[in-house]
Amino acid sequence: MSSLQVSSCRQVVDLVTEYLEGGLPPDERPAFERHVAICPPCRGYLSQMRRVQQVAGRLSEEDVPERLRASLLEAFRDWKTTKR
Amino acid sequence: MGQASSPTDATAARSAIFPHAEVDPHAEVDPRILAALQCEGVAGRARAVHPEHVELESRLIDALRRGDEQAFASVVDRFTPTMLRLARVYGVPAEAAEDVVQETWLRVLRSLDRFESRSSFRTWLFAIFANCARSRAGADRRSVTVSTLDEAAGSGIDESRFFSPQHPRWAGMWTTLVDSWETVPDERLLADEARAHLRIAVEALPARYAAVFVLRDVEGWSADEVCVLLDLSQENQRVLLHRARTRLRAALEEYVRSQFT
Repeated sequence: MSSLQVSSCRQVVDLVTEYLEGGLPPDERPAFERHVAICPPCRGYLSQMRRVQQVAGRLSEEDVPERLRASLLEAFRDWKTTKR
Repeated sequence: MGQASSPTDATAARSAIFPHAEVDPHAEVDPRILAALQCEGVAGRARAVHPEHVELESRLIDALRRGDEQAFASVVDRFTPTMLRLARVYGVPAEAAEDVVQETWLRVLRSLDRFESRSSFRTWLFAIFANCARSRAGADRRSVTVSTLDEAAGSGIDESRFFSPQHPRWAGMWTTLVDSWETVPDERLLADEARAHLRIAVEALPARYAAVFVLRDVEGWSADEVCVLLDLSQENQRVLLHRARTRLRAALEEYVRSQFT
């Protein structure tokens, strides 16, 4: 089987992370891009995978549970006192 | 299925069964689409560390050493949620996760004077966290590998969306349309509700998938950093990331469809 063929959409779906990670071998990358360029559903799929990453990048704004936070700050004050 | 008698028939037949009939392996590739893809492909990789970041980090360490409480609060706020999310991957029971986090920060404070900027603060912090988590989880801790159990969880892909590999003509092609999200406005996809939906889906992932996904895509760690922290090979790291993203895409697709169609 030639490695230069990315002939099915199912293959694109399997390779998409390797592609986005820059991990596709140099001879497979053009075949992947060629398939995606002529295949609207695969382009849609690729756009969805990119947007998943984009939404994920906005998940980091989470709060620390209040009690834990308060107790950590108290530990910090103790540490500061004993340090001096 | 018999062969179509002429190219015109083939096209007609194809349009009927296969909604995106433009897929033709011999079609001309639009050079603009190809160029755009090639640019984006690289942009999709891990976010790089800015040089100012290194400078900021050394100021942060100085502030912590001086006993600046605001600096401490800021790193606690920044990194604690990730630790809480990661604890389960080391086999720490949910009810012990906060203890492990507390222990981590105490050790950080005690070791602060010995911190040398050979590694980043984050790498150092999470190495301490990993030690705390592992010792808490004890002897029955699991190593982070792609196990047979993960295999049993399946690829996360709905195979019914593809023609079977035996299909005489459309083997492995999509049976349905896939919406492009390029045009879904940010304010909709990044709205609180969409993020809440994704967050729930992350919680539902197997621990290892969630750990790799959170570090890579939520926190922006590099693949190398994740491999070191979770003791993974590059290959396994990518497999876990792929499976996580595949599942989360499906979850988000379900949400987008229910909202915007």
